[in-house]
Amino acid sequence: MDERFDVAIVGAGPAGISAACMLADNGVKTIVFERGEYPGAKNIFGGVLYGHDLAQTVPDYVDKGFPIERNIVESRLWYLSQSGGYSVAYRDQAFFQARKFNAFTTGRARFDRWYAEQAKAKGAVLVCSTVVTDLLRGEGGQVIGVRTDRPEGDVFAKVVLLADGINSPLARKTGFRPEPKPEDVALAVKEVIALPEEVIDERFGVESDAGVTIEILGDVTWGMNGVAFIYTNKRSLSLGIGANLLDFSQQKVKPYEMLEAFKQHPMVAPLIKGGKPQEYTAHWLAEGGYDAIPRLAGDGFLLAGDSAMLFNALHREGTNLAMASGRMAAEAIMEALGSGDLSRNGLAGYVRRLQSSYVLKDMAKYRRFPHFLQDHKELFTTLPGLASLAAREMLTVNGIPKKAKQRTIWEAFRRKMSIRQSLRFVWDAWRSVR
Amino acid sequence: MSVKVEDKLFLNRYRVDEESHLRIIDYTLCLKECPDQPCLYICPANVYKLDRDRISVSYEGCLECGSCRIGCPHFNIEWRFPQGGYGIRHKFG
Repeated sequence: MDERFDVAIVGAGPAGISAACMLADNGVKTIVFERGEYPGAKNIFGGVLYGHDLAQTVPDYVDKGFPIERNIVESRLWYLSQSGGYSVAYRDQAFFQARKFNAFTTGRARFDRWYAEQAKAKGAVLVCSTVVTDLLRGEGGQVIGVRTDRPEGDVFAKVVLLADGINSPLARKTGFRPEPKPEDVALAVKEVIALPEEVIDERFGVESDAGVTIEILGDVTWGMNGVAFIYTNKRSLSLGIGANLLDFSQQKVKPYEMLEAFKQHPMVAPLIKGGKPQEYTAHWLAEGGYDAIPRLAGDGFLLAGDSAMLFNALHREGTNLAMASGRMAAEAIMEALGSGDLSRNGLAGYVRRLQSSYVLKDMAKYRRFPHFLQDHKELFTTLPGLASLAAREMLTVNGIPKKAKQRTIWEAFRRKMSIRQSLRFVWDAWRSVR
Repeated sequence: MSVKVEDKLFLNRYRVDEESHLRIIDYTLCLKECPDQPCLYICPANVYKLDRDRISVSYEGCLECGSCRIGCPHFNIEWRFPQGGYGIRHKFG
């Protein structure tokens, strides 16, 4: 391939394809490399995508038959101990109609393939089954293209967009961003569990097209800083659990053993009963937050999506940040192509756009949140049990006066956490999300 | 609790390359200088197993998450993506 392109994109995920859509729409000669046999073959996520950012690149995505599992109408938050747990749920009529597809579940094998088709229809070139193994550099060190694992696989481009995901051996090899540290990523494992459509409808109290998400915290992550989730698909559930990779190392926990234990939790087991596991996958989440974001642009290259560690852990938003950053990268690239300055300076419009958008504003807002979770392990160790004890005692009708119950709860609490610790916890929690 | 991760890996679709994309650089280092051997725990596909005198690498079931690469305290694992089109192929994702 000795053809020259304006832009070469590494990775056909939401970030890369969003950029490709926008570039191709504007007549920019764009090539996308995907290491999987088809887009999505290597990609996974929890399971939720967002209509707002999709509409920016494919406004008529509904007419174009986008692959959807269920439209999310209800979000639940669980706080679990070993024996039980709390559940908070919010459902709103708006999510059925006026704000339909605000959030929806899908599978990446189908979605990314469909999304890449849209970019192809707009004129982008897609090359699958091809690993980008290195970056080509000019005399001044600027990036001028990519090397692939195909014979004679060098491809020259004026700008390279690295949208190759959070796990990028290319990053380490080329130094375009530092390798993540174990404490900066969470390792999550996910199972897709098949169930009949009507069984899911019934168990989650929805009609067929509507769905529910459950985000889960507590001691289900065995004292490690982590989360779990259950999302409804049309005829399956996506169920996953993850924790900080450093915590996994230090506590010598095997991810799949934690996953199996989670599936047996008294609040989880009834939801998946009779289900048949279909697929088992693993992936990192960028847990480091704002402070772990690498340099986003260099001479002749940009980073978008997971590759740029853009992830809002508190709101489990990732694919939307990927799409938004891909789009903004495309805008900045077009600006640079117009001016002829493809240096880091010329591409600086990308960082400016991210900073003035919700992408970096949200990540900056929750800058302290990753540290809060890592510093306050009581959230995953002692607090779930104490919270459950409180509810269990107050709800048990056994002739003991409520005042005495309160005292029991308070004493149990005080044995595990001092007043100072509790105040510190509340203060840090507030500061991390304000 | 004993969980057979192989039962989970059987659910997946792979196109296995003849050559491993994972390689332990120095086997003696694992045994002599790495008492914790986190690769034996953190790998979600249980790719790394302790045989009698060395750690074996069952790359065929790799989920391509990268955890072993950054989790190895000695950076003793050479990790590349499988050749284009090879490795795991997600059915659902």
